[in-house]
Amino acid sequence: MKKLIIAALCLAMIAMTALASADAIKIGGSGPLTGPAADYGISVKNGAEIAVEEINAKAGETVIELNFQDDEHDPEKAINAFNDVLDWGAQMIAGTVTTSPCIAVGAQAFEDRVFMLTPSASSVDVIADKDNVYQVCFTDPAQGAASADYISGHKLATKVAVIYNNADAYSTGIYQTFEGAAAEKGLELVYIGTFTDDTTDFSVQVTGAKEAGAELVFLPIYYTPASMILQQAKNMDYAPIFFGVDGLDGILSIEGFDTSLAEGVMLLTPFSADATDDLTVNFVKTYTEKFGTVPSQFAADAYDTVYALYNASVKAGITAETKAEEACDKLIAAFQELEMTGLTGTMTWDSTGAVTKTPTAVIIKDGAYVGADVQ
Amino acid sequence: MSKKTIDKLLTFGMVIAAFIVCQVMIANGAMSRSLRGQLIPICVYIVMAVSLNLTVGISGELSLGHAGFMSVGAFSGVVMAMWLKNGLGVSNTLICLSAALVTGGLFAGIAGVLIGIPVLRLRGDYLAIVTLAFGEIIRNVMNCIYISIEGSSLHFGFVNPKLPGKLLVNGPAGATGVAKMSTFVMGFVLVMITLLVVLNLIDSRSGRAIMAIRDSRIAAESVGLNVTKYKMMAFVTSAVLAGMAGALYGLNFSTITASKFKFDTSILVLVFVVLGGIGNIRGSIIAATLLTVLPELLRAFSDYRMLVYAIVLILVMLATNNPTLRTFFSGLKPGKKSSAAKEGKQ
Amino acid sequence: MTLFLSYLINGISLGSVYAIIALGYTMVYGIAKMLNFAHGDVIMVGAYVSFCAIQYLNLPPWVSVILAMILCTALGVIIEGLAYKPLRQAPSLAVLITAIGMSYLLQNSALLIWGANPKSFPSVVNIGNISLLDGRLLITGVTIVTILANIVIMVALTLFTGRTKMGKAMRAVSEDKGAAELMGINVNTTISVTFAIGSALAAVAGVLLCSAYPTLMPTTGSMPGIKAFTAAVFGGIGSIPGAMIGGILLGIIEILGKAYISTELGDAFVFAVLIIVLLFRPSGLFGKNVREKV
Repeated sequence: MKKLIIAALCLAMIAMTALASADAIKIGGSGPLTGPAADYGISVKNGAEIAVEEINAKAGETVIELNFQDDEHDPEKAINAFNDVLDWGAQMIAGTVTTSPCIAVGAQAFEDRVFMLTPSASSVDVIADKDNVYQVCFTDPAQGAASADYISGHKLATKVAVIYNNADAYSTGIYQTFEGAAAEKGLELVYIGTFTDDTTDFSVQVTGAKEAGAELVFLPIYYTPASMILQQAKNMDYAPIFFGVDGLDGILSIEGFDTSLAEGVMLLTPFSADATDDLTVNFVKTYTEKFGTVPSQFAADAYDTVYALYNASVKAGITAETKAEEACDKLIAAFQELEMTGLTGTMTWDSTGAVTKTPTAVIIKDGAYVGADVQ
Repeated sequence: MSKKTIDKLLTFGMVIAAFIVCQVMIANGAMSRSLRGQLIPICVYIVMAVSLNLTVGISGELSLGHAGFMSVGAFSGVVMAMWLKNGLGVSNTLICLSAALVTGGLFAGIAGVLIGIPVLRLRGDYLAIVTLAFGEIIRNVMNCIYISIEGSSLHFGFVNPKLPGKLLVNGPAGATGVAKMSTFVMGFVLVMITLLVVLNLIDSRSGRAIMAIRDSRIAAESVGLNVTKYKMMAFVTSAVLAGMAGALYGLNFSTITASKFKFDTSILVLVFVVLGGIGNIRGSIIAATLLTVLPELLRAFSDYRMLVYAIVLILVMLATNNPTLRTFFSGLKPGKKSSAAKEGKQ
Repeated sequence: MTLFLSYLINGISLGSVYAIIALGYTMVYGIAKMLNFAHGDVIMVGAYVSFCAIQYLNLPPWVSVILAMILCTALGVIIEGLAYKPLRQAPSLAVLITAIGMSYLLQNSALLIWGANPKSFPSVVNIGNISLLDGRLLITGVTIVTILANIVIMVALTLFTGRTKMGKAMRAVSEDKGAAELMGINVNTTISVTFAIGSALAAVAGVLLCSAYPTLMPTTGSMPGIKAFTAAVFGGIGSIPGAMIGGILLGIIEILGKAYISTELGDAFVFAVLIIVLLFRPSGLFGKNVREKV
């Protein structure tokens, strides 16, 4: 047994000598590429790769390189991946994708002085007490508060039900601020339903919301469970307004999904694949050609992440020789002044690491996003 | 010296030698960051594997919920350490860490007693499914626990409470902002403690009683052995050690969540035990080390990494249970012949 | 009261899906005496095959189900032949670990073949829903079909194991492999046939699971697999009617627990009930209590 394993290890070691180009800025990253959260990690990896290829094509040579590793949505594996990319020579980190691994890696990166820009880990704990961890996505409280604002400001409903994933930091984080903000805005929370990652049956939650007479159901969750909730609500002839946040983006591109189920669903999102500006159209075209699926907001955030890191590096004069510790201080300074228009809007950063950009409300009509304020 | 003593010394010697080699490599800067980062997890998984081997191999009860004890230990240990550090102002990391390990072991031990009482009444696969059920219950309950610290007092809440002060454990988001206290030296110490406890237990009168019950419960009962007592002894010892490993694990990352300690983790530890040889403590140590490092070494396969891991796992299982290879290997080690034959029969 | 009934119906819908998976589990366990952790993943493969047949080849749903059954049967036999057959003489835990390895292998192959992004499964059931009490109670077409499928499979399996020569051979193998061999039964073939049947059932279960809960991902089979395994134990593992009753009861308990106790602790409640039942009936509801021989 031992001999076999040793032989396998030797083979792996030989294969492992990754080659890094000499003059390129090296960006490391990690996200779940296997396991139940793989969809998010793969989207980020794909979106980031497109940005890297674009930047290199424009420059005519390899100016940046990306090494994106699998972390299985597990803090332990994320630390391993982080160490692995630093061994490879990464000068900064684009990642991680999911919240709890990001908190673990963020703490390690803070200790080791490596700059980190996460495309999608949105909890405030990710950036709390760390001067070198920045976000491209909104923080969860920002989303919760913005949703409560929008619902009460546009008088969408007064009786609100919430269905959220209580085994997920993202979902719980948004719910907790939404709960506080809703009370201030005079929204009445008539039903709170929770579920966990393994839930397939949402009949109890949907029945609960229906029986409580909710006019609007707030879904601070990802699109996969949301698609099931929509299906089961339809089975019960229950048609309130469904209101979601950026995690809901992607629901229309689920293969085989009956888009009529999502008719009238509203969501606050910084990115929609149906936008008509050149940047989005090009990105969606390249992405669809290359990977065969429509990009979600994860891919868009990742694309912006790579551009932000590259722009800031150029501005701060970081080259392939700059040490990670030195790059970290330079990038922190550069990010304070950086203003960038990407797929997810125009972004600026403050010293906490949180991003400022405007979410837009969209509504799903005839299987496509329409600006909610325009209609 | 008897053969048993030599065998025992060999196990200790192997661990100590590995520790010294690692320390020298770290001092010389010869160890990659990637490997250095895995040292503490390796220690944790060794302790988990050895302690599970006590339940599965020595006591003969298939447990599918070992990660549950790790979870209890991790959360209680982390809360203890953070309370000492932030609440009582203890600045010595070693004291905090040691207190965390003891607390983790204690709470996991209590959980072990509570779970052991119903579980050990059952047999075989029914016992296995009940341990699985308990593992899932622990995970589900941990998802609903909220603990906050205000000054030097701790507040506890269940299912979305409003707690004063700073949250230490925030339900499903788990514990965040945990100070990284675990050290490789402590990991090594914990492995040594585990080995001392488990190897001495196996060699003691109680250990022989436990194995007698495993081999034939009825025969053991008929000579007047208290079956429940001895089964409980093995089960709770195993839980305590898993709890300590959990505390060490929790304090190695700045965040832990209940979802880490799900069924998959229990299964992973079981894989270490079976691959290393059921009842073979040294085998557990080696298997835990190799299988923790293996997925990292497979990173070069990028997208195919986990696929290759699965194939390696199946091939190793097939190879180690192949009668031809088995005779070949036992031929190399004359002393092992009898034990290999015994395992085949089990 | 209506609300309670509607929860009860939802519980039966969920339970009937667990039951149909549990039937396959209990079949394989009862004869081959192994916990086939890859069963949940065979379910997932079945669902993907059916999805592709409908979505890409535009085949009618019933053809896609048959196709899924054929491919899963082949897959089951191949897995059994390559991974489990060489371990007939090995300790049962070694087989368990191989099954886990197989489960990883299937999940990761599916990830590479079909990608990680979820697919929405088109319902293969086109009979309508039944609504009672002015639409306040609703039984979906999928539930009706699943329950019917359960009954058909249960009766067919009972007749098969009770009446046919192969079925009797299976029961003999399950009682005592050695003695069965002495009576001229080919143990290897019998176990392979068991796997073939179990995998074909998995394909049906996969299609019905995804028709009821339409999200399809590489990990779709794992949690329902564990729940169904629990259901099989609950009913008394190895017992065919036990698996069905166990599955339906588990679904009802889960839904009622979520509805009346707390959605947070729904799963904990299911497992707690399981533990209590096993304490009073250590071999499940319908399991045989085997006497130990000295």
